[in-house]
Amino acid sequence: MKRKKRIKTVFYHVFVALGAFVMIYPLLWMFFSSFKDTDTIFNTAGELIPREFVTENYVNGWRGFAKVSFGTFFKNSAFIAVTATIGTLISSAFVAYSFARCRFRGRKILFCAMLVSMMLPAQILMIPQYLWYQKLGWVGTYLPMIVPYCFATQGFFIYLMMNFINGLPSDLDEAAKIDGCSYYSIFFRIVLPLMKPALITGGIFSFIWRWEDFLGPLLYVNKSERYPVSLALKLFCDPASTSDYGAMFAMSILSILPLLVIFILLQKYLVEGIASSGIKG
Amino acid sequence: MRGKQTAALKKSNAAGIRFKKWLNKNSTAGVIFALPFIIGFILFMIVPMAMSLYYSFCRFEILGAPRFIGFDNYIKMFTDDPEFYQSLSVTFFYALVSVPLRLVFALAVAMILLKGTKLTGFYRAAYYLPSIIGGSVAISILWKRMFAEDGTVNRLLQGIGIDSHYSWLGSTNTAIWVLILLSVWQFGSSMLVFLSALKQIPTTLYEAARVDGAGGVSSFFKITLPLLTPTIFFNLIIQMISGFLAFTQCFIITQGRPMNSTLFYVVYMYQQSFNFYNTGYGAAMAWVMLILISLITLILFKTKKFWVYEGGM
Repeated sequence: MKRKKRIKTVFYHVFVALGAFVMIYPLLWMFFSSFKDTDTIFNTAGELIPREFVTENYVNGWRGFAKVSFGTFFKNSAFIAVTATIGTLISSAFVAYSFARCRFRGRKILFCAMLVSMMLPAQILMIPQYLWYQKLGWVGTYLPMIVPYCFATQGFFIYLMMNFINGLPSDLDEAAKIDGCSYYSIFFRIVLPLMKPALITGGIFSFIWRWEDFLGPLLYVNKSERYPVSLALKLFCDPASTSDYGAMFAMSILSILPLLVIFILLQKYLVEGIASSGIKG
Repeated sequence: MRGKQTAALKKSNAAGIRFKKWLNKNSTAGVIFALPFIIGFILFMIVPMAMSLYYSFCRFEILGAPRFIGFDNYIKMFTDDPEFYQSLSVTFFYALVSVPLRLVFALAVAMILLKGTKLTGFYRAAYYLPSIIGGSVAISILWKRMFAEDGTVNRLLQGIGIDSHYSWLGSTNTAIWVLILLSVWQFGSSMLVFLSALKQIPTTLYEAARVDGAGGVSSFFKITLPLLTPTIFFNLIIQMISGFLAFTQCFIITQGRPMNSTLFYVVYMYQQSFNFYNTGYGAAMAWVMLILISLITLILFKTKKFWVYEGGM
Protein backbone atom coordinates (compact mmCIF):
# COMPACT_ATOMS: atom_id res chain seq x y z
CA MET A 1 0.00 0.00 0.00
CA LYS A 2 2.73 2.40 1.03
CA ARG A 3 4.81 1.45 -1.94
CA LYS A 4 1.92 2.02 -4.30
CA LYS A 5 1.50 5.49 -2.85
CA ARG A 6 5.17 6.24 -3.32
CA ILE A 7 5.07 5.16 -6.96
CA LYS A 8 2.08 7.39 -7.43
CA THR A 9 3.95 10.35 -5.91
CA VAL A 10 6.96 9.79 -8.12
CA PHE A 11 4.75 9.53 -11.15
CA TYR A 12 3.00 12.77 -10.18
CA HIS A 13 6.27 14.66 -9.84
CA VAL A 14 7.70 13.35 -13.11
CA PHE A 15 4.52 14.30 -14.91
CA VAL A 16 4.24 17.80 -13.44
CA ALA A 17 7.95 18.55 -13.79
CA LEU A 18 7.88 17.44 -17.41
CA GLY A 19 4.99 19.82 -18.06
CA ALA A 20 6.86 22.63 -16.34
CA PHE A 21 9.90 21.92 -18.49
CA VAL A 22 7.84 22.06 -21.68
CA MET A 23 6.35 25.36 -20.53
CA ILE A 24 9.67 27.08 -20.00
CA TYR A 25 11.52 25.30 -22.79
CA PRO A 26 11.06 28.21 -25.24
CA LEU A 27 12.58 30.59 -22.72
CA LEU A 28 15.46 28.25 -22.01
CA TRP A 29 16.06 27.86 -25.72
CA MET A 30 16.20 31.61 -26.20
CA PHE A 31 18.49 31.97 -23.21
CA PHE A 32 20.98 29.34 -24.35
CA SER A 33 20.76 30.40 -28.00
CA SER A 34 21.91 33.85 -27.00
CA PHE A 35 25.18 32.22 -25.94
CA LYS A 36 25.64 30.28 -29.17
CA ASP A 37 27.70 31.48 -32.08
CA THR A 38 25.13 33.33 -34.16
CA ASP A 39 25.82 31.23 -37.28
CA THR A 40 25.16 27.98 -35.47
CA ILE A 41 21.89 28.88 -33.74
CA PHE A 42 19.63 27.35 -36.34
CA ASN A 43 21.82 24.40 -37.25
CA THR A 44 21.75 23.44 -33.60
CA ALA A 45 18.20 24.60 -32.90
CA GLY A 46 17.34 21.12 -31.67
CA GLU A 47 20.01 21.25 -28.99
CA LEU A 48 19.55 23.27 -25.87
CA ILE A 49 23.02 23.66 -24.40
CA PRO A 50 25.54 25.48 -26.61
CA ARG A 51 28.62 23.46 -27.58
CA GLU A 52 30.67 26.53 -26.89
CA PHE A 53 29.57 29.48 -24.78
CA VAL A 54 30.17 32.81 -26.51
CA THR A 55 29.26 36.25 -25.23
CA GLU A 56 29.85 38.25 -28.36
CA ASN A 57 26.12 38.32 -29.16
CA TYR A 58 25.65 40.56 -26.17
CA VAL A 59 28.45 42.84 -27.31
CA ASN A 60 27.12 43.02 -30.86
CA GLY A 61 23.55 43.49 -29.80
CA TRP A 62 24.36 46.15 -27.25
CA ARG A 63 25.82 48.27 -30.05
CA GLY A 64 22.25 48.76 -31.25
CA PHE A 65 21.29 50.52 -34.46
CA ALA A 66 22.50 53.65 -36.20
CA LYS A 67 24.93 54.56 -33.45
CA VAL A 68 22.25 54.32 -30.77
CA SER A 69 23.21 51.66 -28.26
CA PHE A 70 20.82 49.48 -26.31
CA GLY A 71 21.86 51.41 -23.22
CA THR A 72 19.87 54.36 -24.56
CA PHE A 73 16.87 52.17 -25.33
CA PHE A 74 16.92 50.77 -21.82
CA LYS A 75 17.19 54.23 -20.31
CA ASN A 76 14.19 55.36 -22.37
CA SER A 77 12.12 52.35 -21.34
CA ALA A 78 13.02 52.78 -17.70
CA PHE A 79 12.14 56.47 -17.77
CA ILE A 80 8.72 55.88 -19.35
CA ALA A 81 7.85 52.88 -17.21
CA VAL A 82 8.93 54.44 -13.92
CA THR A 83 7.29 57.85 -14.37
CA ALA A 84 4.06 56.37 -15.70
CA THR A 85 3.99 53.89 -12.81
CA ILE A 86 4.52 56.56 -10.15
CA GLY A 87 1.79 58.67 -11.73
CA THR A 88 -0.60 55.73 -11.86
CA LEU A 89 0.02 54.73 -8.25
CA ILE A 90 -0.43 58.20 -6.75
CA SER A 91 -3.50 59.16 -8.75
CA SER A 92 -5.14 55.75 -8.35
CA ALA A 93 -4.58 55.81 -4.58
CA PHE A 94 -6.38 59.16 -4.38
CA VAL A 95 -9.35 57.96 -6.38
CA ALA A 96 -9.48 54.62 -4.58
CA TYR A 97 -9.68 56.45 -1.23
CA SER A 98 -12.52 58.56 -2.55
CA PHE A 99 -14.49 55.51 -3.70
CA ALA A 100 -13.81 53.53 -0.54
CA ARG A 101 -14.35 56.13 2.15
CA CYS A 102 -16.44 58.99 0.78
CA ARG A 103 -20.05 59.34 -0.25
CA PHE A 104 -20.94 62.11 -2.66
CA ARG A 105 -23.33 62.88 -5.47
CA GLY A 106 -22.26 61.32 -8.76
CA ARG A 107 -20.23 58.59 -7.06
CA LYS A 108 -22.24 55.85 -8.71
CA ILE A 109 -21.76 57.33 -12.17
CA LEU A 110 -18.03 57.70 -11.55
CA PHE A 111 -17.87 54.12 -10.37
CA CYS A 112 -19.49 52.97 -13.60
CA ALA A 113 -17.03 55.13 -15.54
CA MET A 114 -14.22 53.33 -13.74
CA LEU A 115 -15.63 49.93 -14.72
CA VAL A 116 -15.89 51.17 -18.30
CA SER A 117 -12.26 52.27 -18.23
CA MET A 118 -11.36 48.78 -17.04
CA MET A 119 -13.23 47.11 -19.87
CA LEU A 120 -12.33 49.60 -22.57
CA PRO A 121 -9.08 48.39 -24.07
CA ALA A 122 -6.25 50.56 -25.29
CA GLN A 123 -6.61 49.20 -28.83
CA ILE A 124 -10.08 50.65 -29.24
CA LEU A 125 -8.83 54.02 -28.08
CA MET A 126 -5.74 53.81 -30.29
CA ILE A 127 -6.98 55.94 -33.17
CA PRO A 128 -9.15 58.39 -31.21
CA GLN A 129 -6.35 59.08 -28.77
CA TYR A 130 -3.81 59.41 -31.54
CA LEU A 131 -5.90 62.09 -33.22
CA TRP A 132 -6.41 63.89 -29.95
CA TYR A 133 -2.73 63.85 -29.02
CA GLN A 134 -1.89 65.04 -32.49
CA LYS A 135 -4.13 68.04 -31.87
CA LEU A 136 -2.38 68.64 -28.57
CA GLY A 137 1.00 68.46 -30.30
CA TRP A 138 2.08 65.44 -28.25
CA VAL A 139 2.99 63.10 -31.11
CA GLY A 140 6.73 62.53 -31.13
CA THR A 141 7.06 63.02 -27.37
CA TYR A 142 6.72 60.68 -24.38
CA LEU A 143 3.72 62.61 -23.08
CA PRO A 144 1.04 60.26 -24.46
CA MET A 145 2.76 57.38 -22.70
CA ILE A 146 3.02 59.16 -19.35
CA VAL A 147 0.48 61.94 -18.76
CA PRO A 148 -2.77 59.94 -19.15
CA TYR A 149 -1.53 57.45 -16.56
CA CYS A 150 -1.05 60.27 -14.04
CA PHE A 151 -4.83 60.74 -14.16
CA ALA A 152 -5.83 57.26 -13.00
CA THR A 153 -7.13 56.27 -16.42
CA GLN A 154 -6.58 52.57 -15.74
CA GLY A 155 -9.52 51.45 -13.67
CA PHE A 156 -7.71 48.25 -12.76
CA PHE A 157 -5.44 50.04 -10.31
CA ILE A 158 -8.27 52.01 -8.71
CA TYR A 159 -10.19 48.79 -8.30
CA LEU A 160 -7.24 46.95 -6.80
CA MET A 161 -6.52 49.69 -4.25
CA MET A 162 -10.18 50.29 -3.47
CA ASN A 163 -10.58 46.64 -2.50
CA PHE A 164 -7.54 46.99 -0.30
CA ILE A 165 -8.77 50.12 1.49
CA ASN A 166 -12.17 48.51 2.01
CA GLY A 167 -10.35 45.77 3.86
CA LEU A 168 -8.73 48.22 6.30
CA PRO A 169 -10.66 48.68 9.57
CA SER A 170 -12.45 52.02 9.55
CA ASP A 171 -11.93 52.36 13.34
CA LEU A 172 -8.57 53.91 12.55
CA ASP A 173 -10.19 56.61 10.44
CA GLU A 174 -12.81 57.25 13.10
CA ALA A 175 -10.25 57.59 15.86
CA ALA A 176 -8.22 60.00 13.78
CA LYS A 177 -11.32 62.02 12.98
CA ILE A 178 -12.11 62.37 16.67
CA ASP A 179 -8.57 63.59 17.21
CA GLY A 180 -9.28 66.35 14.73
CA CYS A 181 -7.70 64.93 11.60
CA SER A 182 -9.14 66.07 8.27
CA TYR A 183 -9.87 63.56 5.52
CA TYR A 184 -6.72 64.74 3.81
CA SER A 185 -4.42 64.06 6.70
CA ILE A 186 -6.18 60.77 7.36
CA PHE A 187 -5.33 59.78 3.81
CA PHE A 188 -1.71 60.87 3.92
CA ARG A 189 -0.90 59.87 7.49
CA ILE A 190 -2.95 56.72 8.00
CA VAL A 191 -4.34 55.15 4.85
CA LEU A 192 -1.45 55.72 2.46
CA PRO A 193 1.21 54.18 4.74
CA LEU A 194 -1.04 51.16 5.34
CA MET A 195 -1.52 50.71 1.60
CA LYS A 196 2.05 49.63 1.00
CA PRO A 197 1.23 46.06 -0.12
CA ALA A 198 -1.38 47.30 -2.59
CA LEU A 199 1.02 49.94 -3.87
CA ILE A 200 3.70 47.32 -4.41
CA THR A 201 1.31 44.98 -6.23
CA GLY A 202 -0.03 47.81 -8.37
CA GLY A 203 3.48 49.09 -9.02
CA ILE A 204 4.62 45.70 -10.27
CA PHE A 205 1.76 45.36 -12.72
CA SER A 206 2.02 48.89 -13.96
CA PHE A 207 5.76 48.58 -14.47
CA ILE A 208 5.44 45.29 -16.36
CA TRP A 209 2.69 46.64 -18.60
CA ARG A 210 4.50 49.90 -19.34
CA TRP A 211 7.75 48.09 -19.95
CA GLU A 212 6.15 45.66 -22.39
CA ASP A 213 4.05 48.34 -24.09
CA PHE A 214 4.59 48.24 -27.82
CA LEU A 215 1.57 49.98 -29.31
CA GLY A 216 2.22 53.31 -27.54
CA PRO A 217 5.83 53.73 -28.69
CA LEU A 218 4.92 52.44 -32.15
CA LEU A 219 2.44 55.27 -32.53
CA TYR A 220 4.13 58.11 -30.73
CA VAL A 221 7.90 57.73 -30.89
CA ASN A 222 9.50 58.50 -34.22
CA LYS A 223 13.20 59.10 -33.56
CA SER A 224 15.38 56.06 -33.03
CA GLU A 225 17.35 57.62 -30.17
CA ARG A 226 14.05 57.98 -28.29
CA TYR A 227 12.99 54.35 -28.85
CA PRO A 228 12.19 52.20 -25.84
CA VAL A 229 13.42 48.59 -25.79
CA SER A 230 10.18 47.08 -27.10
CA LEU A 231 10.32 49.14 -30.26
CA ALA A 232 14.07 48.72 -30.69
CA LEU A 233 13.66 44.93 -30.63
CA LYS A 234 11.21 45.23 -33.47
CA LEU A 235 14.04 46.63 -35.61
CA PHE A 236 15.73 43.23 -35.45
CA CYS A 237 12.65 41.77 -37.13
CA ASP A 238 12.59 44.16 -40.04
CA PRO A 239 13.67 42.48 -43.22
CA ALA A 240 16.01 45.36 -44.01
CA SER A 241 18.14 44.90 -40.91
CA THR A 242 20.92 42.37 -40.78
CA SER A 243 19.68 39.08 -39.44
CA ASP A 244 22.01 38.67 -36.52
CA TYR A 245 19.85 36.24 -34.59
CA GLY A 246 22.36 35.82 -31.81
CA ALA A 247 22.29 39.54 -31.07
CA MET A 248 18.52 39.55 -31.36
CA PHE A 249 18.15 36.79 -28.78
CA ALA A 250 20.72 38.39 -26.51
CA MET A 251 18.85 41.69 -26.46
CA SER A 252 15.51 39.91 -26.10
CA ILE A 253 16.83 38.17 -23.01
CA LEU A 254 18.06 41.48 -21.59
CA SER A 255 14.68 43.07 -22.32
CA ILE A 256 12.82 40.54 -20.19
CA LEU A 257 15.49 40.51 -17.49
CA PRO A 258 13.85 43.27 -15.39
CA LEU A 259 10.58 41.34 -15.53
CA LEU A 260 12.33 38.14 -14.49
CA VAL A 261 13.94 39.91 -11.53
CA ILE A 262 10.55 41.23 -10.45
CA PHE A 263 9.09 37.78 -10.95
CA ILE A 264 11.67 36.12 -8.76
CA LEU A 265 11.89 38.71 -6.00
CA LEU A 266 8.28 39.84 -5.74
CA GLN A 267 6.39 36.70 -6.66
CA LYS A 268 4.22 36.87 -3.56
CA TYR A 269 2.72 40.20 -4.62
CA LEU A 270 2.24 39.07 -8.19
CA VAL A 271 0.37 35.94 -7.18
CA GLU A 272 -1.82 37.90 -4.79
CA GLY A 273 -2.52 40.56 -7.37
CA ILE A 274 -3.59 38.08 -10.02
CA ALA A 275 -5.55 35.89 -7.66
CA SER A 276 -7.48 38.72 -6.04
CA SER A 277 -8.30 40.73 -9.12
CA GLY A 278 -8.39 38.01 -11.73
CA ILE A 279 -6.88 40.25 -14.36
CA LYS A 280 -4.20 39.06 -16.70
CA GLY A 281 -0.63 39.84 -15.75
CA MET B 1 -10.27 102.44 11.16
CA ARG B 2 -8.86 99.76 13.33
CA GLY B 3 -12.25 98.42 14.27
CA LYS B 4 -13.15 98.14 10.64
CA GLN B 5 -9.98 96.18 9.94
CA THR B 6 -10.52 93.66 12.70
CA ALA B 7 -14.11 93.28 11.61
CA ALA B 8 -12.94 92.54 8.08
CA LEU B 9 -10.32 90.19 9.45
CA LYS B 10 -12.90 88.44 11.56
CA LYS B 11 -15.15 88.17 8.58
CA SER B 12 -12.43 86.68 6.42
CA ASN B 13 -11.46 84.40 9.26
CA ALA B 14 -15.01 83.26 9.53
CA ALA B 15 -15.06 82.67 5.79
CA GLY B 16 -11.82 80.78 6.12
CA ILE B 17 -13.23 78.55 8.80
CA ARG B 18 -16.36 77.98 6.80
CA PHE B 19 -14.21 77.13 3.78
CA LYS B 20 -12.16 74.73 5.86
CA LYS B 21 -15.31 73.13 7.18
CA TRP B 22 -16.66 72.81 3.66
CA LEU B 23 -13.37 71.38 2.49
CA ASN B 24 -13.47 68.75 5.19
CA LYS B 25 -16.99 67.59 4.45
CA ASN B 26 -17.05 63.94 3.44
CA SER B 27 -18.69 64.71 0.11
CA THR B 28 -16.24 67.50 -0.76
CA ALA B 29 -13.26 65.34 0.10
CA GLY B 30 -14.74 62.60 -2.04
CA VAL B 31 -14.95 64.81 -5.10
CA ILE B 32 -11.47 66.26 -4.56
CA PHE B 33 -9.90 62.84 -4.20
CA ALA B 34 -11.74 61.62 -7.29
CA LEU B 35 -10.63 64.65 -9.28
CA PRO B 36 -7.71 62.98 -11.09
CA PHE B 37 -10.05 60.36 -12.47
CA ILE B 38 -12.77 62.86 -13.38
CA ILE B 39 -10.29 64.98 -15.34
CA GLY B 40 -8.51 61.99 -16.84
CA PHE B 41 -11.70 60.25 -17.89
CA ILE B 42 -13.01 63.35 -19.65
CA LEU B 43 -9.71 64.39 -21.23
CA PHE B 44 -8.33 61.02 -22.27
CA MET B 45 -11.44 58.93 -22.87
CA ILE B 46 -14.59 60.98 -23.50
CA VAL B 47 -12.97 63.66 -25.66
CA PRO B 48 -11.06 61.25 -27.94
CA MET B 49 -14.07 58.97 -28.22
CA ALA B 50 -16.32 61.87 -29.19
CA MET B 51 -13.76 63.08 -31.71
CA SER B 52 -13.44 59.65 -33.26
CA LEU B 53 -17.20 59.26 -33.44
CA TYR B 54 -17.28 62.40 -35.56
CA TYR B 55 -14.31 61.31 -37.68
CA SER B 56 -15.92 57.94 -38.30
CA PHE B 57 -18.46 59.85 -40.38
CA CYS B 58 -15.74 61.68 -42.28
CA ARG B 59 -13.36 61.11 -45.09
CA PHE B 60 -10.16 61.89 -43.21
CA GLU B 61 -6.51 61.29 -43.99
CA ILE B 62 -4.52 62.14 -40.86
CA LEU B 63 -2.94 65.25 -42.37
CA GLY B 64 -5.82 66.74 -44.35
CA ALA B 65 -9.03 68.25 -43.04
CA PRO B 66 -11.91 65.89 -42.27
CA ARG B 67 -14.83 66.02 -44.70
CA PHE B 68 -18.25 64.85 -43.56
CA ILE B 69 -19.52 61.93 -45.64
CA GLY B 70 -22.28 60.48 -43.49
CA PHE B 71 -22.42 56.70 -43.17
CA ASP B 72 -20.14 56.02 -46.15
CA ASN B 73 -17.34 54.49 -44.06
CA TYR B 74 -19.74 52.09 -42.40
CA ILE B 75 -21.50 51.25 -45.65
CA LYS B 76 -18.20 50.55 -47.36
CA MET B 77 -17.08 48.37 -44.48
CA PHE B 78 -20.09 46.08 -44.65
CA THR B 79 -20.67 46.03 -48.38
CA ASP B 80 -17.37 46.62 -50.13
CA ASP B 81 -14.46 45.42 -48.03
CA PRO B 82 -13.70 41.68 -48.09
CA GLU B 83 -10.67 42.25 -45.88
CA PHE B 84 -12.92 43.58 -43.15
CA TYR B 85 -14.90 40.33 -43.12
CA GLN B 86 -11.68 38.34 -43.36
CA SER B 87 -10.19 40.13 -40.33
CA LEU B 88 -13.43 39.72 -38.44
CA SER B 89 -13.62 36.00 -39.05
CA VAL B 90 -9.92 35.48 -38.25
CA THR B 91 -10.34 37.37 -34.99
CA PHE B 92 -13.49 35.48 -34.00
CA PHE B 93 -11.85 32.15 -34.78
CA TYR B 94 -8.78 33.11 -32.76
CA ALA B 95 -10.75 34.27 -29.74
CA LEU B 96 -13.28 31.43 -29.80
CA VAL B 97 -10.59 28.76 -30.00
CA SER B 98 -7.83 30.20 -27.85
CA VAL B 99 -9.86 31.46 -24.89
CA PRO B 100 -11.71 28.21 -24.08
CA LEU B 101 -8.52 26.19 -24.63
CA ARG B 102 -6.65 28.47 -22.32
CA LEU B 103 -9.31 28.18 -19.61
CA VAL B 104 -9.40 24.38 -19.90
CA PHE B 105 -5.62 24.18 -19.53
CA ALA B 106 -5.70 26.67 -16.66
CA LEU B 107 -8.31 24.66 -14.79
CA ALA B 108 -6.66 21.31 -15.44
CA VAL B 109 -3.24 22.47 -14.25
CA ALA B 110 -4.79 24.26 -11.28
CA MET B 111 -6.47 20.99 -10.23
CA ILE B 112 -3.17 19.16 -10.54
CA LEU B 113 -1.24 21.77 -8.58
CA LEU B 114 -3.88 21.96 -5.86
CA LYS B 115 -2.20 19.01 -4.18
CA GLY B 116 0.45 20.77 -2.15
CA THR B 117 3.96 19.35 -2.14
CA LYS B 118 7.32 20.85 -1.35
CA LEU B 119 7.86 21.59 -5.02
CA THR B 120 4.45 23.14 -5.72
CA GLY B 121 5.72 26.70 -5.46
CA PHE B 122 8.37 25.97 -8.03
CA TYR B 123 5.96 24.25 -10.42
CA ARG B 124 3.45 27.05 -10.11
CA ALA B 125 6.12 29.60 -10.98
CA ALA B 126 7.18 27.63 -14.06
CA TYR B 127 3.61 27.39 -15.29
CA TYR B 128 2.72 31.02 -14.90
CA LEU B 129 6.01 32.67 -15.86
CA PRO B 130 5.00 32.67 -19.56
CA SER B 131 1.88 34.70 -18.80
CA ILE B 132 3.92 37.39 -17.07
CA ILE B 133 6.35 38.00 -19.90
CA GLY B 134 4.20 36.73 -22.77
CA GLY B 135 3.06 40.16 -23.89
CA SER B 136 6.54 41.42 -24.63
CA VAL B 137 8.05 41.87 -28.06
CA ALA B 138 10.87 39.51 -27.08
CA ILE B 139 8.44 36.61 -26.80
CA SER B 140 6.84 37.36 -30.15
CA ILE B 141 10.28 37.37 -31.75
CA LEU B 142 11.11 34.10 -30.04
CA TRP B 143 7.89 32.51 -31.25
CA LYS B 144 8.56 33.62 -34.80
CA ARG B 145 11.98 31.98 -34.76
CA MET B 146 10.77 28.80 -33.07
CA PHE B 147 8.26 28.12 -35.82
CA ALA B 148 10.52 29.15 -38.69
CA GLU B 149 11.40 26.51 -41.24
CA ASP B 150 14.79 26.01 -39.61
CA GLY B 151 13.46 26.71 -36.13
CA THR B 152 13.37 24.69 -32.95
CA VAL B 153 10.07 22.98 -33.58
CA ASN B 154 11.15 21.40 -36.85
CA ARG B 155 14.55 20.48 -35.41
CA LEU B 156 12.96 18.81 -32.44
CA LEU B 157 10.60 16.93 -34.72
CA GLN B 158 13.58 15.83 -36.79
CA GLY B 159 15.25 14.78 -33.55
CA ILE B 160 12.46 12.31 -32.83
CA GLY B 161 12.55 10.98 -36.37
CA ILE B 162 9.94 13.09 -38.17
CA ASP B 163 11.63 14.72 -41.12
CA SER B 164 9.79 17.99 -40.92
CA HIS B 165 10.67 21.04 -42.97
CA TYR B 166 7.22 22.45 -42.67
CA SER B 167 6.82 26.19 -42.82
CA TRP B 168 4.40 26.66 -39.92
CA LEU B 169 4.05 30.37 -40.47
CA GLY B 170 4.01 30.15 -44.25
CA SER B 171 0.90 28.03 -44.57
CA THR B 172 -2.63 29.36 -44.31
CA ASN B 173 -3.60 26.21 -42.42
CA THR B 174 -1.15 26.47 -39.57
CA ALA B 175 -0.14 30.13 -39.18
CA ILE B 176 -3.17 31.00 -37.07
CA TRP B 177 -2.55 27.94 -34.88
CA VAL B 178 0.94 29.18 -34.09
CA LEU B 179 -0.65 32.35 -32.71
CA ILE B 180 -3.30 30.38 -30.85
CA LEU B 181 -0.58 28.25 -29.28
CA LEU B 182 1.21 31.39 -28.12
CA SER B 183 -1.99 32.53 -26.46
CA VAL B 184 -2.71 29.16 -24.83
CA TRP B 185 0.87 28.99 -23.56
CA GLN B 186 0.03 31.97 -21.38
CA PHE B 187 -2.67 30.24 -19.35
CA GLY B 188 -0.79 30.89 -16.10
CA SER B 189 -2.65 33.90 -14.80
CA SER B 190 -6.03 32.19 -15.21
CA MET B 191 -4.53 29.18 -13.49
CA LEU B 192 -3.70 31.32 -10.46
CA VAL B 193 -7.23 32.66 -10.37
CA PHE B 194 -8.61 29.11 -10.47
CA LEU B 195 -6.16 27.99 -7.80
CA SER B 196 -7.36 30.63 -5.37
CA ALA B 197 -10.99 29.87 -6.20
CA LEU B 198 -10.42 26.13 -5.71
CA LYS B 199 -8.88 26.71 -2.31
CA GLN B 200 -12.04 28.47 -1.19
CA ILE B 201 -14.24 25.44 -1.79
CA PRO B 202 -14.85 23.93 1.66
CA THR B 203 -13.47 20.41 1.99
CA THR B 204 -16.56 19.38 3.95
CA LEU B 205 -18.47 19.33 0.68
CA TYR B 206 -16.12 16.73 -0.77
CA GLU B 207 -16.18 14.70 2.43
CA ALA B 208 -19.96 14.68 2.43
CA ALA B 209 -19.94 13.62 -1.21
CA ARG B 210 -17.53 10.80 -0.45
CA VAL B 211 -19.73 9.57 2.37
CA ASP B 212 -22.62 9.55 -0.09
CA GLY B 213 -20.52 7.40 -2.38
CA ALA B 214 -19.54 9.93 -5.04
CA GLY B 215 -16.29 9.33 -6.89
CA GLY B 216 -13.71 11.86 -8.00
CA VAL B 217 -15.27 12.45 -11.40
CA SER B 218 -18.77 13.03 -10.22
CA SER B 219 -17.68 15.29 -7.37
CA PHE B 220 -15.74 17.33 -9.92
CA PHE B 221 -18.81 17.80 -12.08
CA LYS B 222 -21.27 18.16 -9.21
CA ILE B 223 -19.23 20.27 -6.79
CA THR B 224 -16.06 21.77 -8.23
CA LEU B 225 -17.29 22.88 -11.61
CA PRO B 226 -20.56 24.50 -10.48
CA LEU B 227 -18.78 26.39 -7.71
CA LEU B 228 -16.18 27.62 -10.19
CA THR B 229 -18.67 28.91 -12.74
CA PRO B 230 -18.56 32.52 -11.44
CA THR B 231 -14.76 32.50 -11.83
CA ILE B 232 -15.01 30.91 -15.26
CA PHE B 233 -17.58 33.48 -16.30
CA PHE B 234 -15.44 36.41 -15.18
CA ASN B 235 -12.35 35.02 -16.91
CA LEU B 236 -14.28 34.28 -20.06
CA ILE B 237 -15.40 37.89 -20.42
CA ILE B 238 -12.04 39.48 -19.68
CA GLN B 239 -10.14 37.12 -21.95
CA MET B 240 -12.63 37.24 -24.78
CA ILE B 241 -12.21 40.99 -24.88
CA SER B 242 -8.43 40.80 -24.89
CA GLY B 243 -8.63 38.00 -27.48
CA PHE B 244 -10.64 40.17 -29.83
CA LEU B 245 -8.05 42.91 -29.51
CA ALA B 246 -4.83 40.95 -29.89
CA PHE B 247 -2.26 43.06 -31.68
CA THR B 248 1.44 42.77 -30.82
CA GLN B 249 1.75 39.03 -31.52
CA CYS B 250 0.24 39.28 -34.97
CA PHE B 251 1.94 42.56 -35.80
CA ILE B 252 5.39 41.13 -35.12
CA ILE B 253 5.03 37.47 -36.01
CA THR B 254 2.91 37.40 -39.15
CA GLN B 255 1.73 40.90 -40.14
CA GLY B 256 -1.45 39.14 -41.26
CA ARG B 257 0.37 36.82 -43.65
CA PRO B 258 0.03 34.45 -45.36
CA MET B 259 -2.85 35.64 -47.54
CA ASN B 260 -4.51 37.49 -44.66
CA SER B 261 -5.06 34.21 -42.85
CA THR B 262 -3.87 35.81 -39.61
CA LEU B 263 -5.08 39.34 -40.24
CA PHE B 264 -6.34 40.37 -36.82
CA TYR B 265 -8.97 43.05 -36.62
CA VAL B 266 -6.81 45.53 -34.72
CA VAL B 267 -3.90 44.99 -37.08
CA TYR B 268 -6.13 45.69 -40.05
CA MET B 269 -7.48 48.76 -38.25
CA TYR B 270 -3.91 49.92 -37.70
CA GLN B 271 -3.01 49.36 -41.35
CA GLN B 272 -6.05 51.28 -42.55
CA SER B 273 -5.35 54.21 -40.25
CA PHE B 274 -1.59 54.53 -40.37
CA ASN B 275 -0.38 52.72 -43.49
CA PHE B 276 -3.19 53.58 -45.92
CA TYR B 277 -4.06 56.83 -44.12
CA ASN B 278 -7.78 56.07 -44.06
CA THR B 279 -8.05 57.39 -40.55
CA GLY B 280 -11.78 58.05 -40.75
CA TYR B 281 -12.29 54.44 -41.81
CA GLY B 282 -10.10 53.22 -38.95
CA ALA B 283 -12.14 55.26 -36.49
CA ALA B 284 -15.32 53.66 -37.84
CA MET B 285 -13.72 50.21 -37.44
CA ALA B 286 -12.93 50.99 -33.80
CA TRP B 287 -16.56 51.87 -33.19
CA VAL B 288 -17.80 48.71 -34.86
CA MET B 289 -15.47 46.65 -32.66
CA LEU B 290 -16.61 48.48 -29.55
CA ILE B 291 -20.24 47.74 -30.39
CA LEU B 292 -19.42 44.09 -31.13
CA ILE B 293 -17.60 43.68 -27.83
CA SER B 294 -20.44 45.30 -25.92
CA LEU B 295 -22.95 43.01 -27.65
CA ILE B 296 -20.94 39.89 -26.89
CA THR B 297 -20.49 40.93 -23.27
CA LEU B 298 -24.21 41.58 -23.04
CA ILE B 299 -25.06 38.21 -24.56
CA LEU B 300 -22.67 36.46 -22.16
CA PHE B 301 -24.37 38.22 -19.27
CA LYS B 302 -27.77 37.11 -20.58
CA THR B 303 -26.64 33.48 -20.65
CA LYS B 304 -25.35 33.81 -17.12
CA LYS B 305 -28.51 32.58 -15.43
CA PHE B 306 -28.40 29.31 -17.36
CA TRP B 307 -24.99 28.12 -16.28
CA VAL B 308 -23.44 30.32 -13.61
CA TYR B 309 -24.03 29.19 -10.07
CA GLU B 310 -24.59 32.14 -7.80
CA GLY B 311 -25.64 30.61 -4.53
CA GLY B 312 -23.27 30.73 -1.58
CA MET B 313 -20.76 27.96 -0.96
